[in-house]
Order: sequence, then structure tokens, then C-alpha cells
Amino acid sequence: MSKEITRHGSAPAPADAQDTNEFIKGLWLQNPVFAQTLGMCPTLAVTNSVQNALAMGLATLFVLLMSNVLVSSLRAFIPRQVRIACYILIIATFVTAVDYIIQAIDLQLHKALGAFVSLIVVNCIILSRAEAFASKNTVSKSFQDAAGMGIGFTFALLCLGGIRELLGSGSLFGVRLFASSYENWIVMILPGGGFFVLGLWVLVFNWIQRRPAKQETKRHD
Amino acid sequence: MKEYFLILLSTVLVNNFVLVQFLGLCPFMGVSRKLETAAGMALATTFVLTLSSACSYLVNAYILEPLDIVYLRTITFILVIAVVVQLTEMFVHKTSPILYRVLGIFLPLITTNCAVLGVALLNIRHDHSFMQSLIYGFGASVGFSLVLILFAAMRERIMAGDVPETFKGPAIALVTAGLMSLAFMGFSGLD
Repeated sequence: MSKEITRHGSAPAPADAQDTNEFIKGLWLQNPVFAQTLGMCPTLAVTNSVQNALAMGLATLFVLLMSNVLVSSLRAFIPRQVRIACYILIIATFVTAVDYIIQAIDLQLHKALGAFVSLIVVNCIILSRAEAFASKNTVSKSFQDAAGMGIGFTFALLCLGGIRELLGSGSLFGVRLFASSYENWIVMILPGGGFFVLGLWVLVFNWIQRRPAKQETKRHD
Repeated sequence: MKEYFLILLSTVLVNNFVLVQFLGLCPFMGVSRKLETAAGMALATTFVLTLSSACSYLVNAYILEPLDIVYLRTITFILVIAVVVQLTEMFVHKTSPILYRVLGIFLPLITTNCAVLGVALLNIRHDHSFMQSLIYGFGASVGFSLVLILFAAMRERIMAGDVPETFKGPAIALVTAGLMSLAFMGFSGLD
């Protein structure tokens, strides 16, 4: 997989598109969920409806943006030995803020998401972006990286939430789409369904990633 | 006594942390390729999870609540967990070099295992007492260990099998986990 990513990453790009690359890579090629299988707990736990998935995605996007920008702007001051502790403190601060913001906006939603809002602290995506990217790059690049990864994560959550809610409850955003004769697939809302749908999405991702490679080898022949 | 047994039963089987509550999936997927490493991870997590569950309860009850600073809960808990992990590492390093060689590489990873923070937060949410928190933490980690080791054994068999190219890696592992999760739903009648 990593070979493939580097090959795609080094594909010739127009000169002015250089800046947007940091943004685009997180959307699909290095999508945190499908390509890196990071941050799986919220991905599976809150995607039994589209609304929860969207809220979780946006909350994570916010924390990712803020922490990446702060880590990147403080990267000259944070001592190497205690850097992970510093990153976690920065992340935890923003997570606490998000937790209270969601509680203020929509108490029902806050209940539905449960402990998973606080658990954004230990979402590996955020820590891995802080460690692997923001600590080594400029603020504007880190911002783009965070935006790409955050939107890619939200996109993945919506993919899962959409299918699970559509098949499991016959609705989207709580609006019923199918006639009442539709028998709900209860399994899709159950934890097992989450694993199945994510597994199938990863399969689709792999399949799409492999196709261009096959066509290229055929052309070489 | 009966109450503690029920908590234990419910966290290990009925509300299994990994398969039903979706906590601690990163190590579940990450270190389940070999049975030996899975067993090491399970052992290290059991120890840290039980200890940090009790410690975070104490910190919450005797520091955060009297001082009325519960909004610092997330930050404090993650610090408590990091400290417990660090102390465990130092302790094991000094007392048993053999154990350190087995568990050493897993210990730092546990800090970002969301089951550990999840247990600490759920203890507060369910208003557990000190003993209940301790049992809850222990049950959660036993459930985690059980599932991790079972899953690792299955993945070793899958490695030997003939899996289609696009299905290899996380995809087949996730579908396997889904089947396991369905099997664990069967315990839900026990409650």
C-alpha cells in the first residue's frame, strides 16, 4: 500500500498545485480511515446514524485543525523529550472545549455521542498528525494537512453512517425514505454491522486503488 | 458480592469493550497479527487498565470534585493514565527484566488506547464506587484480553488461508471482527 501512495504522490503536478497537495492527500489517497485504518473507535461507534457521524466528523475536524496549528506554531519551543505529553495536553484542551460546545448546542446529540466526544483525545489520527506532520512543517502546511485529514475522516464517517442508517433504519438524517413495507436490517445498526460496512468500504478502497495500477502494467506490455 | 460478579460478567461478555462498545479498537487491529504479541499486549493492558481505573476514580473523587474543577476531567485523566503507564514501565524495568522485554514495547502504546480513558470516563458516568470502579476496570481489561487473543488466533489462521488480493489486510480482519461481534451478541441474554 505504501508503495502505491508514494507512486501516486510523485505523479507530475502543476507547479501552483504544490500547496494544495497537503490538503488533497488526506481526502482519498491517505484517507485516515480507509487507507491508514486509524481512529477506528469513533468511526465504528457513532456511525449508526448520519447525524451522529457528521457531528463526530466536524468535532474531530475542529480539534485536528486547532491542535495541528498550535503544535506547528509551537514546534520550536516544545522540548523533544516531553513532546508527546505536550501534544496530548494541547489536544485535550481543545477536546474539552468541543465537549462543552456540543453540550451547549444540542444536549440530545451530546447524549447520543456519549463518551466518544471526550475520547477524541485518544484518537490516533490527531496525535499522529501532530507527531508526523505538524511538528516538522510550517503553520500553513499543517493547516492544510489537518483540513484534508479532517475532511477525509468526516467523509469516511458519512460513507459509513449513510449506509448503516439507510439499511438499518430505512432513513437518512432521521427522514424515512423507504415505504413501511421495508424490513429494517437491524444488524446494520448493531456493532457487528459497523465492522461489516467498514470492512466492505476498505475493500472498495483497495479495489479502486488497484485498478489504475493494473491498467498501467497492461499499457507497458 | 453478587453485584461485583454481575459487573464482571457484564463487562467481560455482555458489554464487551471491544466488540460491543467499540473501545480499544486500535490495538485490537494493530497488534493482533501474532498470538504472542497479542498475549503480551493483553497482559500489559490488564495491569494498566485496572490500576488507572482505580487511580482516576480516586483523583476524581478526592481532587476534582472537592475543588470543583470537573471541567479539567479529560486532561487530568489522560495525565493520570500517562503517569500510571510511566510508573508501570519504570517498576517493571527495575524488578523484572524478563517481563520488561515481553511488555516493554507495548506499555507506551497503552496511553492512547481509548479503552483506558473510556473506562475512567464511564466510571464517572455510571456513578461507580471505588470497588465498583476497580472491578469494572478489571472486567473491561479481561474482556479486552479475551477478545484480542481469540482474534489473534483467528488472524493467524487467515494468514495461512487463500484470501483474495483486494480482501487482504484490514478488510478481511474487519469482517472477521464483525462475525465475532455478532457471536458476542448472543451473550446479551445473560443480563
